[in-house]
Amino acid sequence: MTAPTHESQGHRGIVTELITFLESRTRASWGEDVDLFATGGLSSMFAMELVVHLERTHGVSIRGGDLRLDNFRTVRTMADLVLRLRTDGATDG
Amino acid sequence: MTLVDVDEVALEGARARIDHQTRVAHLMGAVPEGVAPGRLSTATTVSPVAEATVVIEAITERFDLKAALLNEVGTRTKPGTVLVTNTSSIPVDDLAAYPPRPEELVGTHFMNPPYLIRTVEVVRGARTAPRTLNALQDLLDVLRRASVVVADTPGFVTSRLLHPMINDAVRVVQEGTASAEDVDSLMVGCLGHRTGPLRTADLIGLDNLVDSLRVLHERTGDERCRPCDLLLEKVAAGDLGRKSGRGFFTYERTEQLS
Repeated sequence: MTAPTHESQGHRGIVTELITFLESRTRASWGEDVDLFATGGLSSMFAMELVVHLERTHGVSIRGGDLRLDNFRTVRTMADLVLRLRTDGATDG
Repeated sequence: MTLVDVDEVALEGARARIDHQTRVAHLMGAVPEGVAPGRLSTATTVSPVAEATVVIEAITERFDLKAALLNEVGTRTKPGTVLVTNTSSIPVDDLAAYPPRPEELVGTHFMNPPYLIRTVEVVRGARTAPRTLNALQDLLDVLRRASVVVADTPGFVTSRLLHPMINDAVRVVQEGTASAEDVDSLMVGCLGHRTGPLRTADLIGLDNLVDSLRVLHERTGDERCRPCDLLLEKVAAGDLGRKSGRGFFTYERTEQLS
């Protein structure tokens, strides 16, 4: 479970890792398209935990305009964000 | 913006904490577009207040400490400087006996977390000057805060209503009627509260809540405000709520910073 392993993962690997993380933190099961913050779901304050988790586990830095709740609404949107930030980083660097 | 604290460790942690809170605010859409962050300096003495236009006191909720600090700060500020106390329970006019220009003192109760809660409770003391209220309003406009001005009594409106209610919620848990989780679920699910009373207690800080309840109990004589045993036990055990990682609930490191 080290960062380099996850950094080499594609969309599927990120989705699996995120669902495992969510299930360990919430003791509930989650699908990749479930709105995490809809009624009965997680508190919006939990979103910041997701930000910190993505940064630590998937080697990305989430700043500025990417800090929007919509980017963290489902497991799929979070995996999309990680892949996009990695691509942007590779292009920029 | 200058942050003053007697504790150097607290000041060292403040930058990381403020950076984290700024990111949470972005995430929640609470930051206006195109506004650059302000500059933060820190100090361990009150001498920078001589250059301030507004000074906000937000120390421990104890009358003797606040009175001494407001006296020291009030003698160092320029005339016309607005002196704000963030007291949650102590009447502003009682504190106004200590700074040399009592008309410059006003109460402003920012709610936790202040970067997300836009409405503040403003307390006009008997000696608060209209120009002090106007200058405070200008500051709140810059901070994009809405305000409601209320009269000066122990606990004002928000603490007078909320703190005894939280104390009762703790008693309900203490008496075994329901778990903390269930009390909060009922208050959120049935009564439409945004956060349950026990999660709110953890957010306030159980030690701060006890301090505030003591002030209310001493000044109103209302037995509902006497801090209940379970609350006192948690504080004695060091379970202070979100900031210590555990109160009625447990918190991750990320939540402790928020």
